[in-house]
Amino acid sequence: MDADLIVQILFAAIKTGTPLLLIALGEVICEKSGILNLGQEGMMLMGAVVGFIAAFSTGNAGFGVLAAMLMGSFMSLIFAVLVLQLGANQVATGLALTIFGTGLSAFIGSEFVGNTVQGFQPIAIPLLATIPYLGDILFKHDILVYLSFGLPITIAFVANRTRIGLILKAVGENPHAANAIGIKVLKVRYLAILFGGAMTGLAGSYMSLVYTPMWAENMTAGRGWIALALVVFASWRVGRIMLGAYLFGFASIMHLVLQGLGVDISSNLLAMMPYVATVIVMVVISADQFKEKLLAPRSLGKPFDPRDMA
Amino acid sequence: MAETLKKRHSIPRIELANITKQYPGCLANDNVSLTLMPGEIHALLGENGAGKSTLVKTIYGVVSPDSGDIIWDGKAVSIKSPSKARELGIGMVFQHFSLFETLTVSQNIELCLTPLQLTKIGNLASSITALSEKYGLNVDPDSYVHSLSIGERQRVEIMRCLVQSVKLLILDEPTSVLTPQEVSGLFQVLRTLAQEGCSILFISHKLHEVTEVCQQATILRAGKVIDTCEPAKETPASIAKMMVGELAEQDAGYSKKEGLHTVFSMTSLNLATKHPFGTSLKDISFELKAGEILGIAGVAGNGQDELMAIISGEDERNTGAALALEKQSIGQLSAAQRRKLGMAYVPEERLGRGAVPDMSLTENTLLTHSQGFIKSGIVQWKPLTDYAKKLIAQYKVKCHGEFSEAKSLSGGNLQKFIMGREIGQNPKVLVCAHPTWGVDVGAALAIHQALLRLRDQGAAILLVSEDIDELFLLADRMAAVCDGHLSPVVKTLDTSIDEIGQWMAGTFIHSPSHHSEETTA
Repeated sequence: MDADLIVQILFAAIKTGTPLLLIALGEVICEKSGILNLGQEGMMLMGAVVGFIAAFSTGNAGFGVLAAMLMGSFMSLIFAVLVLQLGANQVATGLALTIFGTGLSAFIGSEFVGNTVQGFQPIAIPLLATIPYLGDILFKHDILVYLSFGLPITIAFVANRTRIGLILKAVGENPHAANAIGIKVLKVRYLAILFGGAMTGLAGSYMSLVYTPMWAENMTAGRGWIALALVVFASWRVGRIMLGAYLFGFASIMHLVLQGLGVDISSNLLAMMPYVATVIVMVVISADQFKEKLLAPRSLGKPFDPRDMA
Repeated sequence: MAETLKKRHSIPRIELANITKQYPGCLANDNVSLTLMPGEIHALLGENGAGKSTLVKTIYGVVSPDSGDIIWDGKAVSIKSPSKARELGIGMVFQHFSLFETLTVSQNIELCLTPLQLTKIGNLASSITALSEKYGLNVDPDSYVHSLSIGERQRVEIMRCLVQSVKLLILDEPTSVLTPQEVSGLFQVLRTLAQEGCSILFISHKLHEVTEVCQQATILRAGKVIDTCEPAKETPASIAKMMVGELAEQDAGYSKKEGLHTVFSMTSLNLATKHPFGTSLKDISFELKAGEILGIAGVAGNGQDELMAIISGEDERNTGAALALEKQSIGQLSAAQRRKLGMAYVPEERLGRGAVPDMSLTENTLLTHSQGFIKSGIVQWKPLTDYAKKLIAQYKVKCHGEFSEAKSLSGGNLQKFIMGREIGQNPKVLVCAHPTWGVDVGAALAIHQALLRLRDQGAAILLVSEDIDELFLLADRMAAVCDGHLSPVVKTLDTSIDEIGQWMAGTFIHSPSHHSEETTA
């Protein structure tokens, strides 16, 4: 295998891993606050379609991204109101959100199928892009990928080094205790859910504006689910999420790579790779329950109603 | 000491005037008034449901009263939230600790402080160390809370209040989870704090502690202040009388019995815990005889939960011959199969394990009494409801009726029901955790007598409790657990609270290095 091919593969792995990374970063914040939002797939599709329509109508990809993030937040707001205010079951509500988003995005996007937009163009970063190999892999991407390089560092810093991160962790571990010491649990959870929604919307717009600059029904193809698995795979650690996202990205493009190398395997079989990888990873992780229990936010998925405190 | 302090500060630290709080179907506080002077240790007494918790939650800003005034240092205030309470200088140590296990001690404390307080304190870790030395709290700021014992966690909670230079410290049943030695350490800390002018409001069920450490006491019954007294001038019996309103039979001293043949035995059981914060069981052996009560003392989290789970079969790992019922190995049987052989089980956690919260009492009865009430797969509702009614009447369970959901009952009442249900099976072996935890004095007496009757009928009873007084009262033989080890089993009459207390702290474990290795395993 020549060096050029390897560079191309790694470049593509990063591109493919980016939407997974964006969703997982949003979801990890959400889960740290104790909320499991399974609506990622639906939110992502809504972000993708709204982002596409906004960019297509205005001719400005930036507007598209903004609209997608707003849409993602709006979808997650629905989730938040149902789960936090009305005490709905998180799992069921998340699943409903996915089904809702899948259907609604197909409906409002039907007129736009077949169109294409001018998405973000790659920007080669001066000097850095000229580094042999590394420059080609890392520094010839578009603006959203660069953003996704900076976000994990910021999020890891906030989560591990600041009071905000401490509060988030406290709320996710023991909301009753957090409430007792005067932390506004619902407010923290609202913000975490909204942040997760915005990130997923952003990932959706990446799909429809950069990855394949067009809209097609169900174009995210289960990436929302993979990102959810990724959070568990990374045991809620930001650094591992980044690594995992690129690994999954790599698994997703395996079939292209192997075809390029002339290996004769059915492409359908190879396209299953990321999903198979997800299942395997989940099984391996769950086998070590001890570790999972220690690292998982302890109140994950459990409802909290401050009115019960009285 | 308290007298001179009172004279110096004639303004009370806090005054509650006519506090009333109505919950749907229950008047939790009815015109409650209470005055606390600086440097005073004040006991708040009452049975379960008397309104003690509601009252302290009102002071701490968790509950807002329907009417009434709170006067703090001579000024009327309204305490709308816990953060407002802390701003005034009110700190509270909860019965179920409000600590975060995955954070360190200093992170836990930091969370409670405002950014302003943090800047004022400067280096939090060193100020924790300084306070720790001053009051003998022995708290390391960098340890993770999940690695601390219950007593240490309580000290962290107290530290959390001290860091904020608290003027009123509220403790909700602080001693219920401590070994006797830890209790005296706690009292020392409280006395030192009081001498410095900090007021302390102390909720307890244990009357001898109240007479030992408190200068004033307020007694609540059904939401009203029934009486106030100076505990030093009273006896536990006279205070109990005020609480219950009738002459409570205090520690009548039941007769002890010798067990007959061995019914149940555990032999050299070693079992690694499945839970990151759990305790592994280490080489546990004991025999349980017909017609005796064997009491196991210990501070919570020393392996009791694991022991209970493996005996009941809830922990499904096959322990083979390590567990034997009437010389038959039962370690391979499921929980249901063990029940069929005549074992009954009262878990610590009532809602969720002892009873299904959303199911009625009748349905909950069916769960462990399936034999008699199911014929060819069909539930016999009539005899079942009759039986549930009988249990409710016999154990004086306060509820709307046999169709009340389990979760609608108070903890104590549900406990009475579950105890009744299990005793009603006439089991050969009854395994029972904290039988009277959270149950009021009158009901506890009823449960005690039911247990003793069962024993006298020849059942073998294993009693796991944190309440050492209760164990001494009921158990014929006793042992203690510490860190997954079981102490020697001795006759209750041949031991003392002091010896059991030391065993609870692990003095029976001879080689300390061996012991510390195993805890990390």
